[in-house]
Amino acid sequence: MLLALAAIPILVAVAVRLSSSPPAPGEGPPFLDRVTQNGLFVGIAALVVSIPLFLPLTIGVVAGDTIAGEASLGTLRYLLVGPAGRVRLLVVKYVGAAAFCLAATLTVVAAGAIIGASLFPVGPVTLLSGDTIGVGESVLRSLLLAGYVTVSLLGLSAIGLFISTLTEVPVGAMAATIVLSVVAQVLDSLSQLSWLHPWLFSHYWLDFADLLRQPISWGSFGANALLQAGYIAVFGALAYGRFVTKDVLS
Amino acid sequence: MTSGTASAELAIELRGLTKRFGHQAAVDDIDLAVPTGSVFGFLGPNGSGKTTTIRVMLGLAAATAGQIRVLGREMPRHLADVLPRVGALVEGPAFYPFLSGAANLHRLDTADRRASSTTRDARVAQALERVGLTHAAGKKVHAYSLGMKQRLGIANALLSPRELLVLDEPTNGLDPQGTREVRSLVRSLAAGGTTVFVSSHLLAEVEQMCTHAAVMSAGSLVAQGTLDELRRVGLAHVRVRTPDVDAARRVLRHLGLVPEQSVQAEGQGNEPSDPLVSAPLTDHPPKSEVIVEALVAGGVRVRGFAVEQASLEDRFVALTGEGFDIAQ
Repeated sequence: MLLALAAIPILVAVAVRLSSSPPAPGEGPPFLDRVTQNGLFVGIAALVVSIPLFLPLTIGVVAGDTIAGEASLGTLRYLLVGPAGRVRLLVVKYVGAAAFCLAATLTVVAAGAIIGASLFPVGPVTLLSGDTIGVGESVLRSLLLAGYVTVSLLGLSAIGLFISTLTEVPVGAMAATIVLSVVAQVLDSLSQLSWLHPWLFSHYWLDFADLLRQPISWGSFGANALLQAGYIAVFGALAYGRFVTKDVLS
Repeated sequence: MTSGTASAELAIELRGLTKRFGHQAAVDDIDLAVPTGSVFGFLGPNGSGKTTTIRVMLGLAAATAGQIRVLGREMPRHLADVLPRVGALVEGPAFYPFLSGAANLHRLDTADRRASSTTRDARVAQALERVGLTHAAGKKVHAYSLGMKQRLGIANALLSPRELLVLDEPTNGLDPQGTREVRSLVRSLAAGGTTVFVSSHLLAEVEQMCTHAAVMSAGSLVAQGTLDELRRVGLAHVRVRTPDVDAARRVLRHLGLVPEQSVQAEGQGNEPSDPLVSAPLTDHPPKSEVIVEALVAGGVRVRGFAVEQASLEDRFVALTGEGFDIAQ
């Protein structure tokens, strides 16, 4: 799955490179127009492209598989008889899913930086605020973006973990998690439901532009982290409540 | 230890254990006592509640009612203290198919927080050797045969020294050699002081390796005790092979026995077979030589005579019903 994620920035870079006319400013996904001037933007553009569907898809697969996958293999009963401890197993599984979130976003950013640097010129980056930063600083900013997206996905991972404790069919848990992430984004795009928007786990997913200003504005990062922490608390508690009393019959 | 010595000598003690799924009671108010050091056969037809009992006993499922003590401690409250001392094979082996046999054992061993990681390699190798899988240790489990997976499942139960082994259908899918190996493995473990709790529907298996047994039927426990106690409940039979059926029945009746419907014995080779006349031996039966003498004196051509003890199979069938009409 990490390989598939790495293919996204490569796809973006190669497509831009091969097209005869470079994307006009403002055309296509954000930051795509900057790619031809500076290869470092490939990773960021790829991240933007992957956030709505591809990243949630991979997270849904990993988080949905956590408990349900063990249950369907039958290894869950042997882990519990081990005894792994039900709470410990949940925590380990969640940490694993969170580590995958980090690995997934880092893969996109790193693959993007590498392919960008090899196909396009690399130089100082102009930030959204108009300031210019060096290559080293821009790499740091890229990592910061990866961190932001990782945090964004933690809430979804917690939802996936909870759904995974409900079933013994991993595919069902994966699909339900992915569907929820799409539904949340659809709801977020309906202005009639604006009262609901701040509560949707996907609401801040694309608000990382603040991290590309000078000085960095941490407002959206903090709001996002708080929201995701809320989702982790609620769905972590639900997963705990469900899993600790569950009869393991698979 | 709050309770007396009686329960300290029991490896497993279930009191009034009930497990309901919806309205259906999979296990209905059973009392079970497994003495420490015994090889305990847990018998019952398919679907009689054996595996459910084991799941509840090991804390995988919650009991609807009743008390459970394993190794003298209450379950599931002391689960974390009890389970490291218990090795289990529950409802068939289960492994990660994309990992090798040894890697699977490693992963399952890490589930036990008390299992030392420094001795892990040695313990995995030893467990694999005990079940004869050393040569296949590096092979992926999806390439294993059914019997190899079963052996790996038993190896998993043997990763640490255990005081109690719970083996659910341990010889499932094994060939006759494998079955013999499992039997000798169980015997050697029992000789080392481990209590072994084996569930099975194979009577011959239980008869050959167990000291005690219990019989489940439709969620209830219908008998338990030592193997001899269980057999004793059934009646011994006298069987006479003879062409003179009517005469034989008459003589047996004179001796105070009640002959059953005679059956045709299976012929041997080309010889025509003789009918079998049998009668249960009730209290204070006449001695065998007295019966034979009376038969011969009565002009019965006795071609075969035997006194047969009730087998566990007779007892099992008497307790759980015959044929495929398994109680629901």
